Amino acid sequence: MAIFSVYVVNKAGGLIYQLDSYAPRAEAEKTFSYPLDLLLKLHDERVLVAFGQRDGIRVGHAVLAINGKDVNGKYTADGKEVLEYLGNPANYPVSVRFGRPRLTSNEKLMLASMFHSLFAIGSQLSPEQGSSGIEMLETDTFKLHCFQTLTGIKFVVLADPRQAGIDSLLRKIYEIYSDFALKNPFYSLEMPISGGGAGAGSDLPLTRPSRARGPSWCGCSAGRRRQLCWLRRSLPPPRRLCSSCSAWRWC
Amino acid sequence: MYGMLFSIRSFVSKMSPLDMKDGFLAFQTSRYKLHYYETPTGIKVVMNTDLGVGPIRDVLHHIYSALYVELVVKNPLCPLGQTVQSELFRSRLDSYIRSLPFFSARAG
Repeated sequence: MAIFSVYVVNKAGGLIYQLDSYAPRAEAEKTFSYPLDLLLKLHDERVLVAFGQRDGIRVGHAVLAINGKDVNGKYTADGKEVLEYLGNPANYPVSVRFGRPRLTSNEKLMLASMFHSLFAIGSQLSPEQGSSGIEMLETDTFKLHCFQTLTGIKFVVLADPRQAGIDSLLRKIYEIYSDFALKNPFYSLEMPISGGGAGAGSDLPLTRPSRARGPSWCGCSAGRRRQLCWLRRSLPPPRRLCSSCSAWRWC
Repeated sequence: MYGMLFSIRSFVSKMSPLDMKDGFLAFQTSRYKLHYYETPTGIKVVMNTDLGVGPIRDVLHHIYSALYVELVVKNPLCPLGQTVQSELFRSRLDSYIRSLPFFSARAG
């Protein structure tokens, strides 16, 4: 999926809405014999790989399951400590699943407020006058786009680096926010938005940007080669009139 | 700036949905773009440019490998870890930046 997640941050830096829509992360399950050739450490209530990369297991991956049963933080499903369990040769051979740890909702809250501060510092670090905060942050695996409204609400979208049209998506999310949240008489400002209308409405624009921008082949075949049609820069209509066969076509 | 970059790096490593190889590359605001390149030894090369500049990771890598390593690291008189005093490094870096295609002296 081209859009990974959406965060809405209020003007104090608190997270008020969050939506994840990426596919499950890559996981690696392997059977090990004693002694384990990876170095594990306990970090933030999770058991992470500190050293020893092989076969899809990278540093920073967490222990997700032992012998098929999901671990609960640093404890196995039976309640024993994971590090103790894996240190005991009597438990081997053992099948352990490693993968990138999912963010807990607490961590998402912390990351949202961290971004809020980074956004502000980005505007102060500017070599030129009158800079806004961070509007786009680029890495090799994702691009983070941020749109700050005049009222201080930030809409943050994490997407694939090659995905285009995120600016219009951010404006669309702003529209949906003002339609579902602000016009709701029971919604208090700056408070977390409950799913309901906001959730239902925000699924719609997530499917839109995955359409390719630029030329696409119209499906009509009027005896000659297919016609190119260009998508307009603003949000396109769902169908357009094909110029050669004058039929409504999906573009 | 160092604190900001350190925080951005840890933010990005937590947020990323996939395993990262190069990490944080750049960020931009409405007025400038900050490009970042870090070596495995912890040397960070940062460049602030205009918004129209595309990915310049190879430029930053060149600054590190052909300028910093050659003129500062291999210089026995330059103490590593401290502010670079080398005049040669400064002048070579200046002429290299001026020779870049996206450098243009603007008024004001």
